[in-house]
Amino acid sequence: MPIPISYSYRNLLARRLTTALTAGGMALVIFVFAAVLMLAEGLRRTLVATGSYDNVVVLRAGSETEVQSSIDRTQAGIIGAQPEIALDMEGRKMVADEAIILVNLTKREAKTPANVIIRGVQATSLPLRREVKLAAGRFPRPGSTEIMAGVQIARRFQGAGLGESLRFAMRTWQVVGIFDAGNTGFSSEIWGDVEQLLQAFRRTVYSSVVFRLQDPGAFLTVKSRLEGDPRLPVQVLREVDMYEAQSRRLATFIRLLGLVLTGIFSVGAILGAMVTMYAQVGARVAEIGTMRALGFQRHHILLAFLLESVLLGFLGWILGLLPASLLNFITLSTINWSSFAELSFKFTLTPGIMIKSLIFGLGMGLLGGLLPALKAARLPLLEALRTA
Amino acid sequence: MLKLIWRNTLRHPLRAGLTILGMALAILAFALLRTMVDAWYAGVDASSPVRLVTRNAVSLVSPLPVAYQAKIKALPGVTGVAHAYWFEGIYVDKKHFFPQFAASLPGYLDLAPELLIPEDQRLALVRDRQGCLAGRKLAARFGWKVGDVIQLKGTYFPGDYQLNLRAIYKGRDPATDETMLFFHWDYLNEQMKKLAPDRADRVGWFLVQVASPDLAGPVSEQIDAVFKNSLAETLTETEKAFNLGFVAMTEAILLAIQAVSWLVIGVILMVLANTMAMGARERMKEYAVMKAMGFRPRFLSGVILGESMVLAVLGGLLGLALTIPAIWAFPTAVLQYFGIFQVTLETLALGLGVSLTVGLLAAVLPAWRAARVGIAEAMTKVG
Repeated sequence: MPIPISYSYRNLLARRLTTALTAGGMALVIFVFAAVLMLAEGLRRTLVATGSYDNVVVLRAGSETEVQSSIDRTQAGIIGAQPEIALDMEGRKMVADEAIILVNLTKREAKTPANVIIRGVQATSLPLRREVKLAAGRFPRPGSTEIMAGVQIARRFQGAGLGESLRFAMRTWQVVGIFDAGNTGFSSEIWGDVEQLLQAFRRTVYSSVVFRLQDPGAFLTVKSRLEGDPRLPVQVLREVDMYEAQSRRLATFIRLLGLVLTGIFSVGAILGAMVTMYAQVGARVAEIGTMRALGFQRHHILLAFLLESVLLGFLGWILGLLPASLLNFITLSTINWSSFAELSFKFTLTPGIMIKSLIFGLGMGLLGGLLPALKAARLPLLEALRTA
Repeated sequence: MLKLIWRNTLRHPLRAGLTILGMALAILAFALLRTMVDAWYAGVDASSPVRLVTRNAVSLVSPLPVAYQAKIKALPGVTGVAHAYWFEGIYVDKKHFFPQFAASLPGYLDLAPELLIPEDQRLALVRDRQGCLAGRKLAARFGWKVGDVIQLKGTYFPGDYQLNLRAIYKGRDPATDETMLFFHWDYLNEQMKKLAPDRADRVGWFLVQVASPDLAGPVSEQIDAVFKNSLAETLTETEKAFNLGFVAMTEAILLAIQAVSWLVIGVILMVLANTMAMGARERMKEYAVMKAMGFRPRFLSGVILGESMVLAVLGGLLGLALTIPAIWAFPTAVLQYFGIFQVTLETLALGLGVSLTVGLLAAVLPAWRAARVGIAEAMTKVG
């Protein structure tokens, strides 16, 4: 018969201060571990949620993002004439030629400048982006210097609120609408009429062409036809894939940095658990001897001590994950190194992260308790009893 | 008293060893994080007070016409102008990131005296239109030697670029970034004229040198006034402000790293406090005996505090000693985003200060308990 589980957790309760301190140390490590994963996941989700699977983006070959790309009008015309493009209710082709311009705007509170994406759009751009909904005001009239701002931009940048105006490229742009695109990259953009914007910035070329496929399965056909066309130095991507690629550099950096750090931290916490458990074994030599004399086997002792230390890890997991889950309500904004523009995203807690941090916590407890538990199990019976 | 502290520390050699090791790791992590934050600001510290950066007011991504150079040069107080363009090319694979600039080469180097180039290499660089200049660390990273051919694939700019490595520079100051690559803007411009004529004769920014630091303000205003209401309005700021702008863009990440660096201190504080609390708990009976013999509570507190300090400082020193070799072991995937990655004296001092504070804080509770405990109570306690 094994030693009852209550032996292990009662022991934890007997020394509240030590238990709290050890579990607290582990909890901090779990907190950092979970926070880093949540940050990387939030970034990835925001950019993956941006874009639709049946939308196709055409960029100039070699460019990684829309900002770097340029497509001239002739090329845009050829792309827009593909037969696989879906039609909307009124029979128009769902294709939009868009221009991406980065503009330096000043933040409301910090007064520091940041790069914001201005997307020059056409009438079809809106139905192409299912996630974009009007939150306040109205849509800008085509052919005017009216613009609409994403919710994240309207809140955080000077002059981007409803009824305010922005000045760039020698013109004043009226903000007549605020749009909400949920937790996607579009919420960190400003939209205006593409021809007006190109004219104002003295540009002649678009950045990209976006269209909806009638049948999402036709992607490879269109891709090989467009990329094989000698008139078009372009690359064809699914919209979701393009945005996911943009999240890669920053997310990898965050994840890598976080893992190196939590690696170092966890060793510290494991050492803490070891200190505690060794002290426990030392203080309970007589107790262990008695249990052995009562007939409990070595592996029973080993299990009891391991269980105690794993329980410590479990406690650490609970204490660490609780504050980490509160981070879910925090929105962070930083520059995305790929697009060079400001992007807002939220810490995101997923079941996967919860499980990963649980394994991490239990693992820390297990590693910290292993050596002390082995020591406890190996104690010679007679010697142990004699210390009593 | 010192002897007692030392004996107490060594009473459980394993426990003391583990605690010191944990302390060392935490201080190591703390120092690494501070160093990383410093690395972020390295560009700001390395900037020269007599250099201004003139860029398009719309954003850094929008170019300026190269023709502005002559106008800027004619302004009083300006002693030199050069231009450059951020060239975001791919070397072999997307993973190999390093800063690349297409610059007006002989002129740009004159304004950047912190880049030290051997005279013969400098001459070779200026003579070869496809020549390029790389930092010492960058050349070491890819094993480049002078004379090697470097192939870059344009992303923002179309086309492939074949460069000959003609010179390798060393930094004059420890803060100088040695991971940059420069090549001739003329070469880029020539390619643009062929491949994308409407993008030719453009530059990313102008580097402007003024005669003295106090001219920086007025000259900046003058430059921006010249181009006011033109198609490409300019924004001129000191190099320092320009670099600070970059840092500000990633502020959120920076704050997170700083927060984490304090959390690790929290972790180790708990570990050390735990060790001390356990020690005090086990020795409560001894303390009672000592009290009965006439030792003052203050003496007992001192003994506990002393032990805590010994553990903390030993661990802290070990951690700081490990920091320098640890920096070499950092993955290149992280390092490639930082030109400079050096431990400063300030970081070391801060690390030591933190370990002292941790030692002090960890001892507070057990010392208080030991000082307060009643003799009879402690003698009869079983535990």
